[in-house]
Amino acid sequence: MGREPTRGPRMYDVTIDDLDDLATGAAVLGTGGGGDPYIGKLMARNAMTGRAAVRVYEFEDIPDDWLVVPSAMIGAPTVMLEKLPSGTEAVAAFRALESYLGRKIDATMPIEIGGMNSTMPFTVAAELGLPMVDGDGMGRAFPELQMVTQTLAGLSGSPMGLSDEKGNSLILNTISNQWAETFARTATVQMGAAALMAIFPMTGAELKRACIPGTLSLIGRIGRAIREAHAAHGSPIDAVCAVTGGQPIWTGKVGDIERRTVGGFTRGTARVEGSGPNTGKTLEVDFQNEFLVARTGDDVLVTTPDLITMLDAETGQPITTEQLRYGFRVVVLGIPCHPLWRTDMGLLLVGPAYFGYDLPYIPLPR
Amino acid sequence: MSLRVGVDVGGTNTDAVLMDGARVVAKLKTPTTEDITGGITTAIRSVLDQSATKTGDIASVMIGTTHFTNAIIERRHLTPTATIRLGLPATTALPPLIDWPQDLVATIGRHNYLCHGGYEFDGRQISPLDLDEVRSAARDIGAKGITAVAISGVFSPVNTAMEDEVANVVAEELPGATITKSSEIGRIGLLERENAAILNSCLRALAERTVDAFERAISDLGITAPLYLTQNDGTLMAAGFARRYPVLTIASGPTNSMRGAAFLSGLQDAIVVDIGGTTSDVGVLTHGFPREASVAVEVGGVRTNFRMPDVYSIGLGGGSLVDLDTMSVGPQSVGYRLTEQALVFGGDTLTTSDIAVASGVVEMGDRSKVAHLDERQVSRLLDRIQEIVAEAVDRMKTSAEGVPVIVVGGGSVLISRPVEGASEMVKPEHFEAANAVGAAIAQISGEVDRIYNLEGMTRDGAMDDAKREAAGRAEAAGANPSTITIVDVEDVPLAYLPGNATRIRVKAVGDLHLVASAG
Repeated sequence: MGREPTRGPRMYDVTIDDLDDLATGAAVLGTGGGGDPYIGKLMARNAMTGRAAVRVYEFEDIPDDWLVVPSAMIGAPTVMLEKLPSGTEAVAAFRALESYLGRKIDATMPIEIGGMNSTMPFTVAAELGLPMVDGDGMGRAFPELQMVTQTLAGLSGSPMGLSDEKGNSLILNTISNQWAETFARTATVQMGAAALMAIFPMTGAELKRACIPGTLSLIGRIGRAIREAHAAHGSPIDAVCAVTGGQPIWTGKVGDIERRTVGGFTRGTARVEGSGPNTGKTLEVDFQNEFLVARTGDDVLVTTPDLITMLDAETGQPITTEQLRYGFRVVVLGIPCHPLWRTDMGLLLVGPAYFGYDLPYIPLPR
Repeated sequence: MSLRVGVDVGGTNTDAVLMDGARVVAKLKTPTTEDITGGITTAIRSVLDQSATKTGDIASVMIGTTHFTNAIIERRHLTPTATIRLGLPATTALPPLIDWPQDLVATIGRHNYLCHGGYEFDGRQISPLDLDEVRSAARDIGAKGITAVAISGVFSPVNTAMEDEVANVVAEELPGATITKSSEIGRIGLLERENAAILNSCLRALAERTVDAFERAISDLGITAPLYLTQNDGTLMAAGFARRYPVLTIASGPTNSMRGAAFLSGLQDAIVVDIGGTTSDVGVLTHGFPREASVAVEVGGVRTNFRMPDVYSIGLGGGSLVDLDTMSVGPQSVGYRLTEQALVFGGDTLTTSDIAVASGVVEMGDRSKVAHLDERQVSRLLDRIQEIVAEAVDRMKTSAEGVPVIVVGGGSVLISRPVEGASEMVKPEHFEAANAVGAAIAQISGEVDRIYNLEGMTRDGAMDDAKREAAGRAEAAGANPSTITIVDVEDVPLAYLPGNATRIRVKAVGDLHLVASAG
């Protein structure tokens, strides 16, 4: 490890007791995808039991010469609910990358702050005694690994370590992050559609220039807001909006849900029959793991990269696309994405056109 | 005449009603007996005698029971269970029983056998099944004297072959052991499905004894009509099925009470407080049905992925112990021994029922036995009971506005005035038998869970086919065709099969078509 990080005013320790709120907040920013944070939470809890709390630093506290490597699962969320990890994968991927780079990794962080990948890095942080960085590369969940702000900043995902539960480890060196996605996804399918990555090795200086700060703290605040609003019989929906700057775009009951698997992703459409102000109309929400486009008739209400998230109308608990079932009463929220995604390059990477929609991106008001 | 008997066996009381259509013809509440049979026999005989009904006129008997739920919550009558999980080298990060409460694990033991096997998402094997490893696990289980085995395998809902094979091996090695395969109980989600299988396993011995007792009670009365048990979605299952899948009855008690409360009060949207002998269940009625928990449901602290009513349980009932020194109420209870141990019944234990009698809000037993209680203390304890219920109602509410509260169950005598936060309070006629009414009016379902290849048909075509078949099964199981509706539709595409395949689950329910048995 290089020199010590600065102990800034927003440095804090995450303990096992904080994981529930983090997982709830992660599911909200998961926009229906990113996998069920429960598994990520359990794995983090298991790894943190009997070990020191995980220290979290903000970007400014990280020395510029540190090596920061995000840790993440790659694969199909539904698979991860079935084929649970062996628990050795993340450390194996880190060891493989360290061995390749010939130096120790100083800190880890989430690559995406939505879904199970938000809490997954706590596993490797606890096991290797690494600090975490308060931020990520998406500000939400996205389905492909090149869809990170590191790509916009010209950083490479390579070299990356990829490990499965059987003991296989790969190092990938690719010419672009799109190729990294292609090879990693192909290898992951052979590994049984669930694997752990050590990806986007960055210096502290690169981290500060490329990533979205403060998002780990944000999911903690979202989780706490839902819990506290529910306990006080306030509106968890309002609480989420206040913390995220989001707004309700639809209230209704889930009707038909259509799912199909295309190219390793679950794509589909959920129809939400309107109630209250939306009575008589139906909202169609398309998803590819995450919710992509919400429209009613010819009116497009929200598109990627802005966040579309569904909350249980009564409890405010976020609902993933896998959990979606007929009859659920939901409020659909639109949450503005990070400004980096609203640039031409950002929209090229994660805008409606990338997902095959001939729709203009109309930004939600921030 | 075609009549239905609805019975609800609670921890404290057994309730029975005889219903003719929508009319309650006769009802009885009697203490649940330790052997269970006695209470059922007494209750059914009484409702038949009250109405001078011949046993041959009975078209069906529906029994709802909280027996299995209580067993898990109280950690009683549970059989030590071993779990064989097929998935090595995967899944070791989160072994069986990972998120279980310690006291429940202490009751059933931590007997985990992680073995090789399981499937990848695409049908490949994670590793080949090692039958020697399984036999060795089975022998070890046998050597420990364990007779209940749960088998789970990664992706077993997609391919049941390995679980089936392992079940056969275990049956060979451990003749007489009860075996529960996770693929028969739950859906995708290894931990939750495995949890449900383990809960089912540790209940199997109790289920055998309990369902046997139910059948004996009914046949001893000369009733030849079919016996159904109510399951947690408010529909019925045949007795033989219930012996093998007791876990499916979990939470059927609250469902029955809430369905009964809606039926009896005519209210479709309200909060239902069902006060029993030991606990009270608080749930929310939406359009006449219990609000379903939309997230994973915990049973006795264990996470499962059933679809279940969203119920909040508190340790307050007619048999709850009262401590005058601390002025506290519950959660310990005399349970079914209320009529022996409560002061008003000549016992020596002060219960909430004694407080209700002392205050004059209800008459039962011998009031002189509680005449010595201090009037102010009694009044404060009644307030405390109101507060406990108000807190639970408040917890289930989702807005500050008042909502109608329906109070049912035998223990509802404890509540004598509207609780805080209620816009109105309704105690419908036959309130004390709402659970038995809910069992008697329970519907029958038909379910289809099938993989459709969409090469030669459209998704809508497949869906229509599944709906038609589910409705047909409900009708075959005894539902009146004109009442059948599709209540649940789910389709999950599968990546592992060639072509465009999707797994479709459809559930249809309808009213039981009642035809009196001949005679």
